Amino acid sequence: MTTIILYGLRESLRRKMFAVVLVLTVLFLSLYAWGTHEAFKDTRGFVGVGQGNLNSEQLAGAIVFGLAMFATLFLGAVLAVFLTLNVVRGDAEAGLLQPLVVRPIGRTQLLLARFAGAAGVCVAYVLAVYFASVGITYWAGGWSPDRLVSPGIELAAAIVVVSSLALAGSVFLSPIANGIGTLMVFGAGLMAGLLGEIGHAINSHKLQHISRIAWWFVPFDALYEDALHRLTVNTTGFAKFVLELGPFGGSHRAGTPLLVWSVLYLVFVLAAAVTAFKRRDL
Amino acid sequence: MPPVLLAKGLEKRYGRTEALSGVDLEVGEGQLVGLLGPNGAGKSTLVKIACGLVRASAGSVEVCGAPAGSPPARRSLGYLAELFRFPSWMSADELLTLHQRLAGSTGGAAERTELLELVGLPHARATRVAAMSKGMQQRLGIAQALVGSPRLLLLDEPTSALDPAGRRVVRGLLEELRRRGTSVLLNSHLLSEVELVCDHVVIVDHGRVVAAGTPDQLRRQGGVEVETATGTRVFEDARREDVPRIVRELVAAGEEIYEVRVVASSLEDVYLEVVD
Ligand SMILES: Nc1ncnc2c1ncn2[C@@H]1O[C@H](COP(=O)(O)OP(=O)(O)OP(=O)(O)O)[C@@H](O)[C@H]1O
Ligand SMILES: [Mg+2]
Repeated sequence: MTTIILYGLRESLRRKMFAVVLVLTVLFLSLYAWGTHEAFKDTRGFVGVGQGNLNSEQLAGAIVFGLAMFATLFLGAVLAVFLTLNVVRGDAEAGLLQPLVVRPIGRTQLLLARFAGAAGVCVAYVLAVYFASVGITYWAGGWSPDRLVSPGIELAAAIVVVSSLALAGSVFLSPIANGIGTLMVFGAGLMAGLLGEIGHAINSHKLQHISRIAWWFVPFDALYEDALHRLTVNTTGFAKFVLELGPFGGSHRAGTPLLVWSVLYLVFVLAAAVTAFKRRDL
Repeated sequence: MPPVLLAKGLEKRYGRTEALSGVDLEVGEGQLVGLLGPNGAGKSTLVKIACGLVRASAGSVEVCGAPAGSPPARRSLGYLAELFRFPSWMSADELLTLHQRLAGSTGGAAERTELLELVGLPHARATRVAAMSKGMQQRLGIAQALVGSPRLLLLDEPTSALDPAGRRVVRGLLEELRRRGTSVLLNSHLLSEVELVCDHVVIVDHGRVVAAGTPDQLRRQGGVEVETATGTRVFEDARREDVPRIVRELVAAGEEIYEVRVVASSLEDVYLEVVD
């Protein structure tokens, strides 16, 4: 099992993708640091302009950090998809998979090991970028999220769910189709979240309802919105209202049932992937 | 002791394509069996079922008494696919180490060195797969299949990319394996190769076994030719056993004999006859 995990890790390290992700991440974090710095500088100007309970630092911090969360989610999702998109069909068509499958290890372990490797990389990546963003935001404006650790964990969990979808997709689809498909599902999840937000803004219960139902199909969005929610659990007043409509997906409490469901969902997707993989001719 | 490989009534359909339609095949302990047949005959399908990559539609395959695809079956075999690739970033040594771990082999560096020597790649330890020619990769593939000294070796066209010297290396290797008692099922289009090394030959066509036997049994003898002072006399239905009698009769009839040839059809003739 460890052998395959290490094999998967080395395999992904060898692909140029890792370097690309690293460069993009450094680029993003630098831009973020610069942008955050400027944002805090500008907002300091309108402290005390009427609105008594508007804490500008809080507002700027939470909005800018919401952007960081979105970027982390996006980069993490791309990484997750590219790490797992070819695990079964892509590798089988290339002839890379067969020599491993005929070894005693067995298909279930092989697939789960590849997943564990990819998920491990994604979690480490997401947490690293998340905490880097926390540090940058604190450095630039003295703002830090109300909950420090749990949003990062939820964000990482969202990415793990995305990577499980790409893994399951890889059993049926060629790498390109799978990559496009999974990223589209990912996009659809975010769209559903935005839909709910619009519903919130125009006070349409129907839209909000649709968005809530969508959460059960794509719980990574629920995890993401819940993570956003935790950033400002203690914030109140106007700042809170603005944040709930945040530009990069609204912040909403997902509630325990959805969090539990996310775990079940992950287990279900992995079980489906393993079952399909075991039945597949290679 | 059960046969090392035993297939009974094996059928496989891919959608509407019938790749195998009732194949029986046996590879005994230490036996080297050659599997011949035209493109699309079902040879690779048979081997893939034996190593658990493909599920049979009907019939059964056992490897060392265990159902094909089960962990004990997979532990007893080594496999080289017809179309395979190894990660381009791995060196020969790293690839063999990976497979030693997966196969649970405790042979260590000594086994890796021995295998690379056996396939004629003694200097390629540190060479990356990306820097290897197709033939070198195929040799490495054979070494990979031999990791952990499996009781059954399934080789699907292992010499398709090899130069003549490489083919000879593999022939020598197969003979060495026979000495060690390893059983081999060899898919090949190279009739001469199969003729030279295999104890038993099975010819399949359209998913069925159309001929089977030792190379000698398959090579039908095709008459006797005698050079005499008066010209070449051909005895079409005669066989090797008939030669002394023919010579006796000709001498008794006062003929001078210069040469006697037993004409045997080659495996190729037989192959082309049974396969349409
Ligand atoms: N994955 C697949 N899907 C559909 N049909 C397949 C598949 N694999 C093989 N076939 C079909 O099954 C038949 C047997 O194929 P197989 O690869 O076993 O032949 P083969 O004897 O190994 O041929 P070759 O000498 O060309 O390697 C062929 O008709 C082939 O088209
Ligand atoms: Mg073939």
